[in-house]
Amino acid sequence: MKHLQPINRKAERIETLVEDNDIVALQDDGANIPLGCSFVFQPGWEADSKGGTAGLCQPVERDLFDCYITCFWPAHVPDLYNHAPDWTSKCGSAAKDWRKIDLIFP
Amino acid sequence: MQLQRSEMHRFEARGEPFVYLVPSAAVFQLDPISAAVLDGLNGEARDARHIVDELSDRFAADDVTTTLEELVNVRALRHEGSPSNEVPLDLPPEEMPLQNLVLNVTSKCNLSCGYCYEYGDDRLSEASAMPDMMSDETARQSVDLLFEEAGPSPVVHLTFFGGETLLNLRVLKEATHYARAKGAEVGKRVEIGLTTNATLLKPDVITWLIDNDIGVTVSIDGPKEMQDRFRIFQSGEGSYGVIEPKVRELLRRHRRRAIGARVTLTQQNLDVQRIFRHLSDDVGFLEVGFAPVTTSTCRDYAIDEDGYVRMLGAFEELGHEFVEATVAGRHHAFSNVKETIEEIHKGVSKAYPCGAGLGLLGVSTGGDVGLCHRFAGSGDHTLGSVTEGIDKSGQRQFLEEHHIAYKPDCHSCWARPLCSGGCYHEAQTRYGSTKSPNLHYCDWIRSWTHTCLELYGELATRAPGYLGRLDA
Repeated sequence: MKHLQPINRKAERIETLVEDNDIVALQDDGANIPLGCSFVFQPGWEADSKGGTAGLCQPVERDLFDCYITCFWPAHVPDLYNHAPDWTSKCGSAAKDWRKIDLIFP
Repeated sequence: MQLQRSEMHRFEARGEPFVYLVPSAAVFQLDPISAAVLDGLNGEARDARHIVDELSDRFAADDVTTTLEELVNVRALRHEGSPSNEVPLDLPPEEMPLQNLVLNVTSKCNLSCGYCYEYGDDRLSEASAMPDMMSDETARQSVDLLFEEAGPSPVVHLTFFGGETLLNLRVLKEATHYARAKGAEVGKRVEIGLTTNATLLKPDVITWLIDNDIGVTVSIDGPKEMQDRFRIFQSGEGSYGVIEPKVRELLRRHRRRAIGARVTLTQQNLDVQRIFRHLSDDVGFLEVGFAPVTTSTCRDYAIDEDGYVRMLGAFEELGHEFVEATVAGRHHAFSNVKETIEEIHKGVSKAYPCGAGLGLLGVSTGGDVGLCHRFAGSGDHTLGSVTEGIDKSGQRQFLEEHHIAYKPDCHSCWARPLCSGGCYHEAQTRYGSTKSPNLHYCDWIRSWTHTCLELYGELATRAPGYLGRLDA
């Protein structure tokens, strides 16, 4: 940056993130936990409460089971009754094993 | 493209403009263009093109445009209508390692200081329901609890508190020995410290403190007439004459640790400069920290508004002295400023005012676990016991209820990354609830934080080497 000089450690970290263009990290103003779904329930609107996407439901990182069973908004989660009944079979604990959940193609 | 300012606090150091961003707690130095842009965006949102036009007689359009981009990138500016920075409810992980356990080894004291929160009119602990002295067994169980709950942490801190800790020297020795042995066994370093009123610092006690590498904080209020105003024996006699030679001997012999003085300021005892000169220059403490007395408003020793103003002026003076000493490469003992400057340097943005209930817990003489030493033994704030373990659901509930996100009063305050509402015990005493922010000293905290930011900016330009050492 040319016009702002980072002075403390936090400012240096922000500068690095700006230079790396790490949009997701920059949206994180201290909260490390996604805040939940989109706050406006309209099709096509996909922004979280901070105006970014970092806090939105992401099928592979949010609470998968709540997304497809209880959430009123259709999330991008496979149909576990018909097409992909074994989708989460390798995922004993979503917190630990979410990487084992693979993409499903229709 | 309509732009508006995000939450921030501007300050200057040596004539240069700086900005403190909230909630990221980042500090940036501004150049003349970025300073002019922020000056022009003091109120409502404005169109980026208008900002460029308006500054065109002073700065090239390209430079202003780049500046706007940079300010947006670091979240100093935001597009109008985009949500402002909310205070996020990011709770700590379920398994927070316990770092520091404070053992109230006795609830008794050989002094009768008028303002004491353990004994005075504002006490929380139910002294009659607890043993006067912690037993060997409870102390050992406390140490066991600390190690059990410390998780992967390579260091654990054990702190003795009271009452007057040295009244229960036998248990101090037992707990120290037990903790050190256990630390050696499991490969953790054990840091031990205690607070004392210094009345019982006999030569053999000092030898024990040195041999066991125990950090010491002395509660002391200043020169004779100041110390003797509140820090008195039950007979009414002042304690200065008794403690002075003992403190001097402690400072002369115990060189392995920075021995600290902890001063309680009251309405009657507010001559900060004089107290500091005495404790630092004359007696020789390496750290001198000041804390205003914790009290409800009705006490005559409660500091009034004018008193807070005087205290601020004195802190500012000492803060500037601290900077001059640091620039010259000399040590300065004013510890209040050092702590805040370190937090500013690291960019701390707190969800909780302190580690109480998180990485720090207190144990009462009877073995009840409380939020911190100030709450240990008060029934309403118990979080388990050393025999039954920490009440994890109670602890969780506490953390959920006391998050900064639930202190709406704080949400419009730029100093919240550092203050986060202030001491729970102070809030309980003042407002009857740990959940309340300490609104009575908001102005004071903001003024003091502003001063610390100015001092930080000055250190950043004049003594960057000192700040580099804070990274360690």
